[in-house]
Amino acid sequence: MGQTYKYSYRQGTQTWHFRDLADLLARATPARSGDRLAGVIAESDEERAIAQMCLAELPLKAFLSEVVVPYEQDEVTRLIQDSHDEAAFAPVSHLTVGDFRNWLLSDHATEESLAALRSGLTPEMVAAVSKLMRNQDLILVARKCRVTTAFRNTIGLPGHLSTRLQPNHPTDDVAGIAASIVDGLLYGSGDAVIGINPATDNVAQAIKLMRVMDDVIRTYDIPTQSCVLTHVTNTLEAIAQGAPVDLVFQSIGGTEATNSSFGFSLATLAEAQDAALSLKRGTVGNNVMYFETGQGSALSADAHHGVDQQTCEARAYAVARRFDPLLVNTVVGFIGPEYLFNGKEIIRAGLEDHFCGKLLGVPMGCDICYTNHAEADQNDMDNLLTLLGVAGCSFIMGIPGSDDIMLNYQTTSFHDALYARRVLDLSPAPEFADWLARMKVFDDIARYEPSAALPELFGSRLRGITRKPAHD
Amino acid sequence: MTEKKPLVIENRWRDLRQFTDARIGLGRAGISLPTSELLAFQLAHARARDAVHLPLDTARLLDGLNSLGARLPSPGPLRLQSRAADRQVYLQRPDLGRSLDAGSAAQLSAPDTAPAKPRLAIVIADGLSSCAVQNNAVPMLTRFLDDLEASGADWDLAPLSIVEQGRVAIGDEIGERLGASAVVVLIGERPGLSSPDSLGVYLTWAPCGGLNDARRNCISNVRPAGLSFENASQRLLYLLREAQRLGTSGVDIKDRTEEVAIGKTGNNQNFLTN
Repeated sequence: MGQTYKYSYRQGTQTWHFRDLADLLARATPARSGDRLAGVIAESDEERAIAQMCLAELPLKAFLSEVVVPYEQDEVTRLIQDSHDEAAFAPVSHLTVGDFRNWLLSDHATEESLAALRSGLTPEMVAAVSKLMRNQDLILVARKCRVTTAFRNTIGLPGHLSTRLQPNHPTDDVAGIAASIVDGLLYGSGDAVIGINPATDNVAQAIKLMRVMDDVIRTYDIPTQSCVLTHVTNTLEAIAQGAPVDLVFQSIGGTEATNSSFGFSLATLAEAQDAALSLKRGTVGNNVMYFETGQGSALSADAHHGVDQQTCEARAYAVARRFDPLLVNTVVGFIGPEYLFNGKEIIRAGLEDHFCGKLLGVPMGCDICYTNHAEADQNDMDNLLTLLGVAGCSFIMGIPGSDDIMLNYQTTSFHDALYARRVLDLSPAPEFADWLARMKVFDDIARYEPSAALPELFGSRLRGITRKPAHD
Repeated sequence: MTEKKPLVIENRWRDLRQFTDARIGLGRAGISLPTSELLAFQLAHARARDAVHLPLDTARLLDGLNSLGARLPSPGPLRLQSRAADRQVYLQRPDLGRSLDAGSAAQLSAPDTAPAKPRLAIVIADGLSSCAVQNNAVPMLTRFLDDLEASGADWDLAPLSIVEQGRVAIGDEIGERLGASAVVVLIGERPGLSSPDSLGVYLTWAPCGGLNDARRNCISNVRPAGLSFENASQRLLYLLREAQRLGTSGVDIKDRTEEVAIGKTGNNQNFLTN
């Protein structure tokens, strides 16, 4: 007996075979370097096109009987299968993957019907249909989805785009961090979160940085939240020590083995969510989790089970939605060219991730970014920013001059966010926009125009700084 | 408002650059980057890309190494190549950059008799920044070999290896083939926009093929504007001593030098609230 095949597709005189659902999904995936590295990519463009035709004929119901990672081995699979809502699935349960694309593009799919459908969709169904969609389809459907979350402000309202102010510093120098916070706030950034990636990752350092941000938020009465992007177990300990924790951060992946390599299980996340909720620090909502994801993380942890990286990524959103996050951020170009080689692959992945996240009901934002060893540049990021702005992306990053001097990669700048606001008329979260106007950070809130004069907000304290010669 | 706005609106808080190298206070043309800042960014990006893509000038590196004179292990440096044939392959197939091609593997051999003292192999690899290696490998190595000798530690030095299209883990295979007790890899790190020349230094005790990151210790950002050669060399000596004492490397070694370094950071005041 040779290899057995579960799926076959006849085209003319030739019959094509696919081993199982994971194989079919992988071969139907638009080309990218990570799937090539994993050895799961289609062997030719023709095979990819045929796999897409075969996938289009697959009933959505098939995803309820065949899993891509074994149920017994993987708690993410168990979460997906056990929480599937048959009643919510009913409106599309008779469709094939190909007709599900048609349904999503049709007037049957409205903000309301898409919201009602969420709990009836599995990540694999959503990943499958995305593989049949062009970039414009991913944008059109994502734009119809509405996912709104809240903590001290409201994220994800129509016509809004929020930003994470990311004031990283290579030695966690407090004055250096404060300088980047000033720059960001005065450019109107920081409504999604003020979030620091610590250079030194331990509990004491995390607590120190949490206090720095909490002091700023309370002193200036800013309607936003803070987060130190440290390991979930560090944040749990910080909470136990009485630190001012707004949001709990964790990087998550779409398989149990990926998450084990990150050092946590679903039970850890549940414990952390409960701990953060017990602090009752939200004022307009109770979404207390901040997750980051990115295609390639499962392969990087050698935990992908032969599943393509985009399907693994969509499975991570099933993990995310279980914990009602405020923010889910796909850090799309950070992982490097062995997973997403160039601007074209990064742009496609960013649109896929945003679409899959929104369809599954998570508040999807995107770290529109690249590393210096990827074949990408600022123009690619401009393209993705514009496309995601049109698609209704919930939030993006904001960093001084696009240059993260701690993590050594480039993401969107404070200026970039203002560009997106101007060309697409996208406002910050309403509570934060009111604060910007009230504090006269913006001269003209309708035109997203920062004040030419130094606002009184920080004026007295900035004037009080002893002037030293600048570095440069 | 009859006053005419200037083309570029400068940011009064640019003085805060005294506290950070972040690109703050850039000013704006409308709401966009001023031309001067746009061009400065593009130059930095161009340098970082060149660091990735310009090949290591091995002849120039060898000239530099010759300046080490008698401190250079003999026989002279070996020139090796990974299984990644070129940069395009290297960038997409990290697995190929982690092992030697057949011709290179054949150049390496362990001593015939078990050495009386521990044997140290030093590997220089281009990694993701040829300019990090070009600028910083020789001064780092000079400093380290001086410090090693001054420390009185008695090591047998295996021949030095220079690897093209190499990743960190290739050092483990080289160390194993050279019969080394420990391997130190000096490698170009992924270049940052403002740090195209960061050298990484990695240590593995009892190196052999197939080890993962948990078995390695790393000293990062070694360059004149980052971690000094002096500091990096002292850390490496400490790690080497600890590895020898424990008979292993990686997560089992607690790098206490790290705590000292962090205590030294300068401005710990939040001027916004204090």
